[in-house]
Amino acid sequence: MTRIDAKFADLRARGKKAFVAYVMAGDPDYATSLEIVKGLPGAGVDIIELGMPFTDPMADGTTIQLAGQRALAGGQTLDLTLKMATELRKTDQTTPIVMMGYYNPIFSRGVDRFLEQAKAAGIDGLIVVDLPPEEDTELCLPAQKAGLNFIRLATPTTDDARLPKVLTNTSGFVYYVSITGITGAAQAQAGDVAPEVARIKAKTDLPVIVGFGIKTPETAASIARVADGAVVGSAIVERIGRGDSPAQVLEFVRGLAEGAHSV
Amino acid sequence: MPDDLINSFMTGPDENGRFGQFGGRFVSETLMPLILSLEAEYEKAKTDPTFWAEMEDLWKHYVGRPSPLYYADRMTKHFGGAKIYLKRDELNHTGAHKINNVLGQIILARRMGKTRIIAETGAGQHGVATATVCAKFGLKCIVYMGAHDVERQAPNVFRMRLLGAEVIPVTSGRGTLKDAMNDALRDWVTNVRDTFYCIGTVAGPHPYPAMVRDFQSIIGKEVRWQLAEQEGEGRLPDTIIAAIGGGSNAMGLFFPFLDDPSVNIIGVEAGGKGVDDRMEHCASLTGGRPGVLHGNRTYLLQDNDGQILEGFSISAGLDYPGIGPEHSWLHDVGRAQYVSITDVEALEAFQLSCKLEGIIPALEPSHALAHVMKIAPTLPADHIIVMNMCGRGDKDIFTVAKHLGFDMKI
Ligand SMILES: Cc1ncc(COP(=O)(O)O)c(C=O)c1O
Repeated sequence: MTRIDAKFADLRARGKKAFVAYVMAGDPDYATSLEIVKGLPGAGVDIIELGMPFTDPMADGTTIQLAGQRALAGGQTLDLTLKMATELRKTDQTTPIVMMGYYNPIFSRGVDRFLEQAKAAGIDGLIVVDLPPEEDTELCLPAQKAGLNFIRLATPTTDDARLPKVLTNTSGFVYYVSITGITGAAQAQAGDVAPEVARIKAKTDLPVIVGFGIKTPETAASIARVADGAVVGSAIVERIGRGDSPAQVLEFVRGLAEGAHSV
Repeated sequence: MPDDLINSFMTGPDENGRFGQFGGRFVSETLMPLILSLEAEYEKAKTDPTFWAEMEDLWKHYVGRPSPLYYADRMTKHFGGAKIYLKRDELNHTGAHKINNVLGQIILARRMGKTRIIAETGAGQHGVATATVCAKFGLKCIVYMGAHDVERQAPNVFRMRLLGAEVIPVTSGRGTLKDAMNDALRDWVTNVRDTFYCIGTVAGPHPYPAMVRDFQSIIGKEVRWQLAEQEGEGRLPDTIIAAIGGGSNAMGLFFPFLDDPSVNIIGVEAGGKGVDDRMEHCASLTGGRPGVLHGNRTYLLQDNDGQILEGFSISAGLDYPGIGPEHSWLHDVGRAQYVSITDVEALEAFQLSCKLEGIIPALEPSHALAHVMKIAPTLPADHIIVMNMCGRGDKDIFTVAKHLGFDMKI
């Protein structure tokens, strides 16, 4: 059982939905970012998605693009992102950390070496946007073998014929992308999402978490009502981007978490 | 010859879209179903005579194919070595080879019922070709172009707007082709249902590299019969040379000759200010290493942490930190040779072509020509070089004037 499995078992036992928060590692700089990340569990975050900055984030909107640029300009590297996880693990042994990003920095490091380092840093899962099931031999299968969850995205364009393929080799949870689009763009609609989540849940026992387009405690609540949890990224990153202090950012996160936990 | 079949360089990609380790389908799940349906549609079209009949009709009457294969006699005499032929794809409608491919993709888009076409462009030639064909078929056209390129290729921006396309300047990154491609992909992922992404080179996720290559292969196929016509039955070129941005005009020339071992194949990358650790160049094969970007694995300019570098070239069309995956494979298996040419060398070749042949070339093929200038004098008179003159230089006169210190406001 991974930390992710344990977390969902615990949430289920308490009758709670999951609140997942995304931040870009190293944004705006390593120290500030670490302070925010360390505060996330206390603000009610059940799972941390730690963004790995990349120069060419093709699936991200302006907010997360700029966050990646800030992090890279601040000197963030893959080593530092792994170090953030190591630091968090010194004070928190239960909150799952999922690294999210693009394949090239991992491929550049070397898949085996990366998996070893991620495992040692206390990483629990990976979301790699540009690795569909068709490329499973690249990272998905080696990651599962190394004991890391590989969390796949399902999207509105993943039709019934394709869904089984997406669910095979997925572990931890399924991340349903609520919109066809990039992060931080359209607003997620619980009405559209509900039947899609049901469609996926009919085919898997894994929890289904919904992300993209959730910006307020109210939306977090309405999405959590129809899924196993909600992810918020851009809305948090935007506050970091405009220069909010870690305390202010965490206060905002607390509101979102309360929204998701209110149902 | 069964041996030839076994040793063929022309069978790729495999069913996973791979040329050896290169290529593939590294895209988000949202795009994956589209890419699969595009592949299915293309596989159907490939063996459908009505598809090719439509292509050939448009190639002939709209584009002006076949483009001439021209013996450059003054250039040949000037260098005093190999016999130099230029494949005149710069005479195509819209002024470059790009339209060969655009026609194919737009016909496919129409077959798939897509009404909105998006494209990325560097030099603006692919954008102009896409805007042109969209105008012809009454399709909505949106072109993403790096803000830096919008500036250095102003005439093409105006042409696209005249043709009814919406040109969106991209300010992320350094504002060149790579960034335009990122934003085109973001648009596609947002508008999957009605939108067709018309990629301008042999890069991107499978099936684009193979599909664009197939459409551009008309260049090499024509060279085969045209050279036989002028030099005698069965005469093949000894050396074929083309410039490489993503590598589509080069693949188009090279592909039909891959299994002719006597044909020496040379791709010319943009050397910018010189290929060294300043990384102010776009020579992915000479100065990069394998990585994953824009849907495929290929050689990329990147730092030690896998972050993509920006590259540098005087030529907007070559200013791209990657290269089509089939070139990466041809490089690794040694079937083709890849060299680089600096901005300064390309500018010199540009002027020489104007003076000796009365042909104003685009800055992209000027790179190929600069390499011809280097090797032609060292080769015997019976050695035939065919160089792809893949674009005309009208779009570049402002850039060149600036570099030559010429005031355009006369
Ligand atoms: C005339 C010309 N040649 C070459 C290129 C580079 O593309 P490719 O390498 O795909 O032929 C361009 C791209 O804009 C171009 O306009």
